[in-house]
Amino acid sequence: MKVEIRLPELGEDAEEKASVSRWLVNIGDIVNTGDDLIELTTDKAAFTVPCPQNGVVVELLVEEGDEVVAGDPLCILES
Amino acid sequence: MSSQIEVVFIEGLCPFQKAWTLQRERLEHVRRGTMPNALFLLEHAPVITLGRNSRDEHVLASSNELSRKGIEVVSTDRGGDVTYHGPGQMVAYPILNLRQWQKSIRWYLRSLEEVVITLLDTYGVSATREPPFTGVWARGEKVAAIGVGLRDWVTFHGLSLNVNTDLKAFELIVPCGLYGKSVTSLQKILGKSLSMADVMERFTEIFCRQFSANQPKIF
Repeated sequence: MKVEIRLPELGEDAEEKASVSRWLVNIGDIVNTGDDLIELTTDKAAFTVPCPQNGVVVELLVEEGDEVVAGDPLCILES
Repeated sequence: MSSQIEVVFIEGLCPFQKAWTLQRERLEHVRRGTMPNALFLLEHAPVITLGRNSRDEHVLASSNELSRKGIEVVSTDRGGDVTYHGPGQMVAYPILNLRQWQKSIRWYLRSLEEVVITLLDTYGVSATREPPFTGVWARGEKVAAIGVGLRDWVTFHGLSLNVNTDLKAFELIVPCGLYGKSVTSLQKILGKSLSMADVMERFTEIFCRQFSANQPKIF
């Protein structure tokens, strides 16, 4: 089954925009819950977004430099 | 969970890589709850570090010049642009699980600024924020730089405050990528050098007060 992974709320800074710094996984990678998927930056902070479930990465929907907000699709996993 | 903060003073000039490794190891412990939050305080051996938003052209010195001066350039996993660390500069690396305070990067950055502003006030130096930039300014020049990383809401990297720093070193870079904004130190402002031990002691007290005043949320 294909599952779209979306950017979760960035804590209490809900309206915050973040910029994609780099992917930490590649297409074809097996990922587990809690693995770091992607690194984002806001202002002076860089942070990683953990994977919410197990699966295989089949598609990356954003690339380096893209701006994202909570709810935006990041990638597709086959689980 | 406890919001206890263990303060770790590192003696001598700490190589950047060593401090980076210490932070990452501690971060994993704090994340798993196997060790308390930490605050590392230290001075670095001379180094130029790049953040995730750095541009190569913000390092002005040639690689030849840098290697002649023995200054390494390191790409790091913090936010922000290029900065310099070296002797006479206080570096603070808080490893805090923000879940115990507020899950807000913005709140965390403003809290770090507040600690520095309060600290400088104890030396009679009036310091300010310069929105939209992050950091602390005094007399129109930047005195403290901030760049952080978070993993699973646990912080690493942090802030650097120029106490007795050789400010000439900042001529090698465009600090924080901000053209036309110069950098200052407490030594320059006060006209005398300060005891680093004293600065670290005051910083620790104010930091712990700032972060314990915000009680952890209980769910």
